[in-house]
Amino acid sequence: MQDLGIDVLFKGTNFLRLLQGLWVSVEISLISVVISILLGLLVGILMTFKNPVLRAVLKVYLEIVRIMPQMVLLFIVYFGTTRVFGWDLSAETSAIFVFCFWGTAEMGDLVRGSIKSISKIQFESSFALGMNKIQTYRYVILPQTIRRLIPLSINLITRMIKTTSLVMMIGIVEVLKVAQQIIEANRKASPNAAFGVFAVVFLLYFLVCWPISRLSVYLEKRWAL
Amino acid sequence: MSELLKVKNLHKEFGKNVVLKDINLSVEKGEVVVIIGPSGCGKSTFLRCLNGLEEIQGGVITVDGLPVESGKKEITKLRQKIGMVFQSYELFPHLSVIDNLILAPTKVQKRKKEEVIREATELLDRVGLLDKKDYFPRQLSGGQKQRVAIVRALLMHPEILLFDEVTAALDPEMVHEVLETMLKLAKSGSTMLIVTHEMSFAEAVADRILFFDNGEIVEEAEDVKGFFKEPKTERAKKFLRTFEYDSALYI
Repeated sequence: MQDLGIDVLFKGTNFLRLLQGLWVSVEISLISVVISILLGLLVGILMTFKNPVLRAVLKVYLEIVRIMPQMVLLFIVYFGTTRVFGWDLSAETSAIFVFCFWGTAEMGDLVRGSIKSISKIQFESSFALGMNKIQTYRYVILPQTIRRLIPLSINLITRMIKTTSLVMMIGIVEVLKVAQQIIEANRKASPNAAFGVFAVVFLLYFLVCWPISRLSVYLEKRWAL
Repeated sequence: MSELLKVKNLHKEFGKNVVLKDINLSVEKGEVVVIIGPSGCGKSTFLRCLNGLEEIQGGVITVDGLPVESGKKEITKLRQKIGMVFQSYELFPHLSVIDNLILAPTKVQKRKKEEVIREATELLDRVGLLDKKDYFPRQLSGGQKQRVAIVRALLMHPEILLFDEVTAALDPEMVHEVLETMLKLAKSGSTMLIVTHEMSFAEAVADRILFFDNGEIVEEAEDVKGFFKEPKTERAKKFLRTFEYDSALYI
């Protein structure tokens, strides 16, 4: 068997650079996930309202997000809107914007589903105790919604983390881009680097996503209804 | 005695389907009114109208002289005067028993937590559930949940209590403990409106019987014993006979 090409990572600061790239990925996904969860809760609640205009708008929004590939969204925001509207968006800001736009819609849909799965009598019991709508959501509905959301949103969160690999297309040097650079730079010296370096990248993604999925299992058990 | 609840010409429909026609009722403080009737006769809907969970299409409902109007802001104030317990003991599953109990008194009525906990503990003791204080609803039996639900309603100090077939979803051996709790309440002078299918309980607890059929009050009887012995209307007779038939069949 030929060598696996992992040795390149120990040359110079290569491994450190890879970790820095990973941090860029994690940072973008972390910020986006937090914003998406908060906005998603709000959008999800709005999605359960009966107002027809609101419903239509949110439906169109959700469909756009579902249909449009994230890469196209990234291109539109970073290459398109910066010209047309003349604003000065950094690649990172564009990426975070697109990921939030996407995450909020999908999270909202998950929230909507979770709220809908809570029985009507939970609302009524709460109203019957004299609670108003806001109190009902805050103390009764949302805590249950969040518990139901955890397994569903873990899937979305890990997808968001994985999809950050796309942001290199708008010039952000994240973990995958660093990996490519390392491989390119060492093409002559270690032609097998593509295997070793990408395998390490795989491992790094795993190390980021695995604790999240463990956390979800733990919370699911602790908060079992 | 003073009049606590007044219903005048109540009319309720779901689309084209008229569920309640021209209901009139007046309930005094301390009175226990039991509503019986066949399934689908509108008795549960009637209770739900009383605290504004259903919109009504005509008539007026007043509690303590204040109009019940669903959708209005004032309804939350009014609902604090009206306790309601549902058929499917809906405790909040993410909260322990004690947290279920103190939620509304502390958040809605802004009462002091310690004071509410003290009262809740006392009431739990009275229904024999003090040791379940820190349990979660999923760890309780149906009868226990239903008793907690009753205590939860009581803690708001309502002036009137509505019970919507609270034993219908319970296993037979749990029915008794819940009915006993309600009987004690009735004896302590609470004003109650009870929808039930438990005829002997109805006879024991009621000051007045309302027999509903097809969305109307077909018979109203202050002589409860007399009603169960010999109802005046044919429809009530027929309805009561179905219960006799049941017991005759199984004995």
